Amino acid sequence: MISKEEVKHIAKLARLGLTEKEREKMQKELSSILDYIEKLGDEDKSSSSPFAIARVKEVDISVENVMRNDEVRRLKPEVRRKIIEQAPETKAGYLKVKLILNK
Amino acid sequence: MKMKLTDLTIIQAHQGLKKKEFSALELCKAYLEKIKEKDKEIFAFLTVIENLALSQAKKIDDLISVGKEISILAGLPCAIKDIILVEDVKCTAGSKILENYIAPYDATVIKKLKSEGCLILGKTNLDEFAMGSSTENSAFGPTHNPHDLTRVPGGSSGGSAAAVAANECVYALGSDTGGSIRLPASFCGVVGLKPTYGAVSRYGLIAFASSLDQIGPITKTVEDCKIVFEAIKGWDDMDSTSVELSQKPKTKNEKLNLKEIKIGIPKEYFIKGIDGEVKKAIEATIKKYQEMGAKIEEVSLPHTEYALPAYYIINPSEASANLSRYDGIKYGFSKKQETRNKKQDLLDVYLKSREEGFGQEVRRRIMLGTYSLSAGYYEAYYLRAQKVRTLVKKDFEKVFEKVDCLLTPVSPFVAFKIGEKIKDPLSMYLVDVYTVSVNLAGLPALSLPCGKAGSLPVGLQIIGKPFEENRILEIGEIFEKACQR
Repeated sequence: MISKEEVKHIAKLARLGLTEKEREKMQKELSSILDYIEKLGDEDKSSSSPFAIARVKEVDISVENVMRNDEVRRLKPEVRRKIIEQAPETKAGYLKVKLILNK
Repeated sequence: MKMKLTDLTIIQAHQGLKKKEFSALELCKAYLEKIKEKDKEIFAFLTVIENLALSQAKKIDDLISVGKEISILAGLPCAIKDIILVEDVKCTAGSKILENYIAPYDATVIKKLKSEGCLILGKTNLDEFAMGSSTENSAFGPTHNPHDLTRVPGGSSGGSAAAVAANECVYALGSDTGGSIRLPASFCGVVGLKPTYGAVSRYGLIAFASSLDQIGPITKTVEDCKIVFEAIKGWDDMDSTSVELSQKPKTKNEKLNLKEIKIGIPKEYFIKGIDGEVKKAIEATIKKYQEMGAKIEEVSLPHTEYALPAYYIINPSEASANLSRYDGIKYGFSKKQETRNKKQDLLDVYLKSREEGFGQEVRRRIMLGTYSLSAGYYEAYYLRAQKVRTLVKKDFEKVFEKVDCLLTPVSPFVAFKIGEKIKDPLSMYLVDVYTVSVNLAGLPALSLPCGKAGSLPVGLQIIGKPFEENRILEIGEIFEKACQR
């Protein structure tokens, strides 16, 4: 069973606001899901190596790295404008961000 | 008897346009009419883009009237899952946090369809950020199954599948992270393809779990599915996981011979929990393949039972990372809350925007993913899940040395009632038990209707080797044609 303190800690890491009532609900739900996931523990898998698909090669489904040149791709000004316009607060074509350091 | 315009498949509608039996404008209007008539009760569409569709139809009619050759998808009305960007059209991902987000560019798949002259009718409903198996997690309300309005259409591409099933479009696009194309296709009695990881570009698909996500078609027939897949597949400079496919579809003369095909039946997919009538329909289908000459062999995928728990670690982990971009600063919903005593700081914006912008299931997965990735739990959860993933993949590699494809049910049961599982998150996760392994291993799989349990459709899943979409499509088509006879 996951503790209330853990729920609080995880919510902080996830930058997720939770009310007291939600914290209790989350505690119950996460615990029941984690109990189910514990099924993974039944067997020794230490011999297996971890695997996350990055790119699949034809014929052989193995992983390979894909590199590209580290250079800026210029957007059309029109697309740039559309993207900036999506921001809740902007100033002179920049995104406006709230106070980070307290005086 | 003349067929209704909204009943037509891609091939039929294309022929009709070419022979001038009807115009693209008439076709488009027929579908818009159908949406007006039916979508109040089905709620497949979140956005209908009537004017754009009508003006595109007129353009196609102009081309036809001057005798220009048109491509097979030209002028055919389609629907797009509302997690794929269509330039200048709202894209919500079924979430309040993106309620007013306007897509600034086209996804690569949309660019490709537009270059074929496609006609986009609108954007379809989904579980919020594609997280769910019933479309009930949409922030804008559930979609209803056209076969029985009291039931779910499956999810997360429930809007797309319901729209195709209700003849509100000719075809649709969905996305599949753990079954999100195949499950709704199965529940709604239509065809859906989850392509191999890398077969279709995801540029412009709102990211959910990046090592699992794929875009694919939802159509009325397997033949249509082939056509849409051909149109959207291929390497893309903007998606480094995409691959150029060398395999070409077979020409009419080199038909696939079922007698040369070996089909595997994984025994782990037919044990406890499967509905009796679903099992019967799948077994009858297997028998039919056998009668048509295919060799049937029972095989084993021993790590099947670990696939779902591993999936529900990997999926939320990747989701929690992907969804960190919704911060109330760059785009989307932002909560401003300044009081006289306290000036709001950056952290408050994050916490409040994400608290109010995300729905229940999304918050649950962010929490679960953050937990699995956090210090002290990473080895026990995430790393262990990735090891299981290797074992699941190896299971498939081993059976594919012996057989050409696998037949399984898509789901252990037919479409369930709206409200039946939504209160218990774990019971909803268990719906994906037959579909997630395919995503963990990156394989292609087709879902097609193979019978009914009562009045509700049952879906057959055909799992293929990497990049053998064309082969599983052909194997599916043989069954589909045999059923029509």
